[in-house]
Amino acid sequence: MATIEVQHIGLQHINVKLLLKKEDAQAIDLDPVIPVFHSWIQQQVGDELLLDVADYRHVQAGPGIVLIGHEADYSLDNADNRLGVRYNRKAVLDGTNQGRLAQAARAALTACQRLQQDTRLDGKLNFNGQDIEIFINDRLLAPNTVATREALKPEFQAFADKLFGGSQYFLKFGSDSSSSESADPRRLLAVFLHAAHAFPAEDLMDNLKSASLSVEAARPTQTEARANG
Amino acid sequence: MKASNPLWKEKLAGQIAEPLSREIDTFETDIALRKQGKLDERLFAETRLRRGAYGQRYDNGQRSDGQKVQRLNFPSGELTKGPNTMWDAPGMQRIKIPGGGMNAAQLEVMAELAEEYSDGIAHVTTRQDFQLHYVNIDDTPALMRRLAAASITTREACGNSVRNVTACPYAGVCQDEAFDVTPYSRALAKFLLGHPDCQNFGRKFKPAFSGCAQHACGLTSLHDLGLIAAKRTNAATGREEQGFEMYVGGGLGAVPYQAKLFDSFVPPEELLPLAQAIARVFARLGEKKNRNRARIKFLIQDLGIEKFRELVLEERKILPFDPRWTEYIKEALAESEETPLKPSGELPSLIAIEGLNGNSEKFKKWLKHNTRPQHHPGYVTVTVALPLGDITANQLRSLADIVRRFTKETIRTTVEQNFAIRWVSKSDVRELFAALHAVGLGDPGAGALVDITSCPGTDTCKLGISSSRGLAAELRRRVSEKSFEQDEAVQNLHIKISGCFNSCGQHHVADLGFYGVSRKIAGFAVPHFQVVLGGEWSHNAASYGLPVVAIPSKSIPQVVTRLTDRYVAGRNSGETFKAFITRLGKAELKKMLEDLTKPPAGDRSYVSDWGDPREYTLGDMGVGECAGEVVSSVEFGLAAAERELFEAQLAHEAGQAQQAGKKAYQAMLNAAKALVELEYSDITNDPEQIVAEFRTRYFDTQKFFDPFAGGKFANYLFDAHSKAAQPYTSESSRYLMDEAQLFIDAAHSCYNRLGTLVSV
Repeated sequence: MATIEVQHIGLQHINVKLLLKKEDAQAIDLDPVIPVFHSWIQQQVGDELLLDVADYRHVQAGPGIVLIGHEADYSLDNADNRLGVRYNRKAVLDGTNQGRLAQAARAALTACQRLQQDTRLDGKLNFNGQDIEIFINDRLLAPNTVATREALKPEFQAFADKLFGGSQYFLKFGSDSSSSESADPRRLLAVFLHAAHAFPAEDLMDNLKSASLSVEAARPTQTEARANG
Repeated sequence: MKASNPLWKEKLAGQIAEPLSREIDTFETDIALRKQGKLDERLFAETRLRRGAYGQRYDNGQRSDGQKVQRLNFPSGELTKGPNTMWDAPGMQRIKIPGGGMNAAQLEVMAELAEEYSDGIAHVTTRQDFQLHYVNIDDTPALMRRLAAASITTREACGNSVRNVTACPYAGVCQDEAFDVTPYSRALAKFLLGHPDCQNFGRKFKPAFSGCAQHACGLTSLHDLGLIAAKRTNAATGREEQGFEMYVGGGLGAVPYQAKLFDSFVPPEELLPLAQAIARVFARLGEKKNRNRARIKFLIQDLGIEKFRELVLEERKILPFDPRWTEYIKEALAESEETPLKPSGELPSLIAIEGLNGNSEKFKKWLKHNTRPQHHPGYVTVTVALPLGDITANQLRSLADIVRRFTKETIRTTVEQNFAIRWVSKSDVRELFAALHAVGLGDPGAGALVDITSCPGTDTCKLGISSSRGLAAELRRRVSEKSFEQDEAVQNLHIKISGCFNSCGQHHVADLGFYGVSRKIAGFAVPHFQVVLGGEWSHNAASYGLPVVAIPSKSIPQVVTRLTDRYVAGRNSGETFKAFITRLGKAELKKMLEDLTKPPAGDRSYVSDWGDPREYTLGDMGVGECAGEVVSSVEFGLAAAERELFEAQLAHEAGQAQQAGKKAYQAMLNAAKALVELEYSDITNDPEQIVAEFRTRYFDTQKFFDPFAGGKFANYLFDAHSKAAQPYTSESSRYLMDEAQLFIDAAHSCYNRLGTLVSV
């Protein structure tokens, strides 16, 4: 029987979701996001291999519009009826947990900034600056149990301290402050962060930089280094 | 690709039935061999296809981004998982669900897999399977182990094999059925899974069961093997007997075929042996080289049903007796009876409906379309309508909770890409609706105009020509806004869409069917759909529609509006849509749609497809894998020998001399058996028999003799066999591994010399 020592959980497949402003989330038409994601593929923005766009708007509270990549997916995710920009890291990363959390947060923030600045979206898609969900998309590495939560709480707190630059925040396991989902062990391990005040995405990026949690802290594993990239 | 992949085998040890466990270990070894270049890409392709691991669009490593064709530089470089199929390219994993039957725990596993290995969506197919898209091939062994621990297999979900055995999802509760076909479908699925007589087909083979002749739920007419429950009175005893009308040779594809009656009454004890005999005849006489004529329907067409029947019955006579023919049915009969969780009840009164938190209108519509009475008083079956067959991981978990709350944890997928929850007490219907509605699964309109069926099309399929899902989503959006205000006759029409002529969306049997084609207009490729009208969904898909005209994708919604309006206005009393279409005739229909065949001048939106803003191109089409790779059973046998030898080498490296020696010997037996099977398909796994038959058929006849070394390599086998009971040392096992390699190489040479290698 394989056992994962909860004291030494290596976090992989980290998802970071930046929740949108409520008024944006209620009003936004996701149709224009499709050509935006296609243009990201055309330009191959960033250093990940981007492959295709999947449209799941017909599914209620689903993944919305997904930009499929090799190393990671990006989406305008509406899981649990909470619309946000989600980064789903698929490829394994070397480095520390803090470095990997920073990599995922940085990727989500960068994507969010791109969307916010894209004139085709007419400024209608904005991060609310306060609410961030983190998921660990691997039940074997990080089962959604009390033991895992206890073991990982300091790790997430340390990351949140850096992300919010020492400002006050609220941390809760589960993907929403008011639901009982965190108690459902079938769900992915999830952490909900709520900052006391709103931060622009660039400030959070700066906080990660100044905390020395740069992307170098988390590198693709050797096997994931792209053949020609 | 997942960090946890290597851990699942140990984690699930003891929770997976041995045959499934071994099957997945074998596949994992094949992955390792392929990565080392020791397994041919074509052979590996068929190996993964037979485990449901399919290719997906762009897996040739290039994709049009709307401006140019981009090369997709995957990390594994030029490593392939099949001809022109890049290793790292996302693929589709098909998961077999025999008869669509699942339990709550299996729904939860599906949710986990959709979340962890796919994009959070599980897709129900028109053959009651599940599909997960964008799956990395390196994740598939872990994914398969997690399924196997929940008693689900992906084995033979694709490739030239017996595909999912489908069955009417209302079997056992339907008011009109002759009897419950569930146990028989399960017995047949179990019997044919991995059966040696089903390993050498030129194409796939799809069986289906229906409990009655009049409804569509089983779609037996469009299957390779269709079985409809039937009853008759035994003239001698006066007793009522159960059996099956057996049909063969149906199929859709570019040119659809109606299945032909093979036997009007097959007794249950003859069901499995007759299916086995059919498989043998198909494997022996079916086309192997020309993939376009390799389905059994072509064999039956060429032979004629009478000759085919004669050959099958001859084969049946010489089949060695197999106790499983009846044992499996007995087991399934004992296991498959479903009973309710709750006492029977009555439907809610109108007053109660009105009190449904503002959703009373929706509930009424849902009640009308999504519930059907069972033959058990006080119970209904509820259909959960899935948009385009898609469901999220969270919804799957909620559905698991719902079936636990209202039933004995069972549910079935349907061929209309929905779920059926059976044995719901009528008094629970209101609460069940509320529970479904709360998680976005309470859409009304199951089986109605809004419940559109679609294959994946250009979204993910390599053969897709037009965006069937894009069109389906658009039509669904438009129709759902007004379908319940439309005329009753229109509400119950069926729309089915395929991305190409291969008919995975079953467009031939829809009232309004569409399949993807392309046309060049003013120098631009424009996505189109061929309009196919008047197919018959009922009576197990009894007749196929009439192709009328190709229309640009963006004008298809107008086609739907125009046709349905005309039907409402012009139909005779009681006239079905099919009859209406027949009465109008092709010329009139074409005239009616003629102005829609050309895009409006200067409208550039027509050069892109629904849901895809890129300029349309056919350049992204690839070579489909539906047909699998033609790999003979000999090639599989020789690959098994190579795999065994590879494992012997690993054991030797680990210092396990005895294990290494045994495996090297087994590798030789596998290779010998593969050759023997060419002439004697009933060869068993008994080493004595294998060696004796090999000696008689290949050594004594000198067929195995190397042009230079003569019978030297065969003697390696005889020697190893004579010493099989002796212990192996490190040295002796190493020599044996070398000899085994030479023997396997000689077996390959022998096979090539025999000239039986099938060229593709």
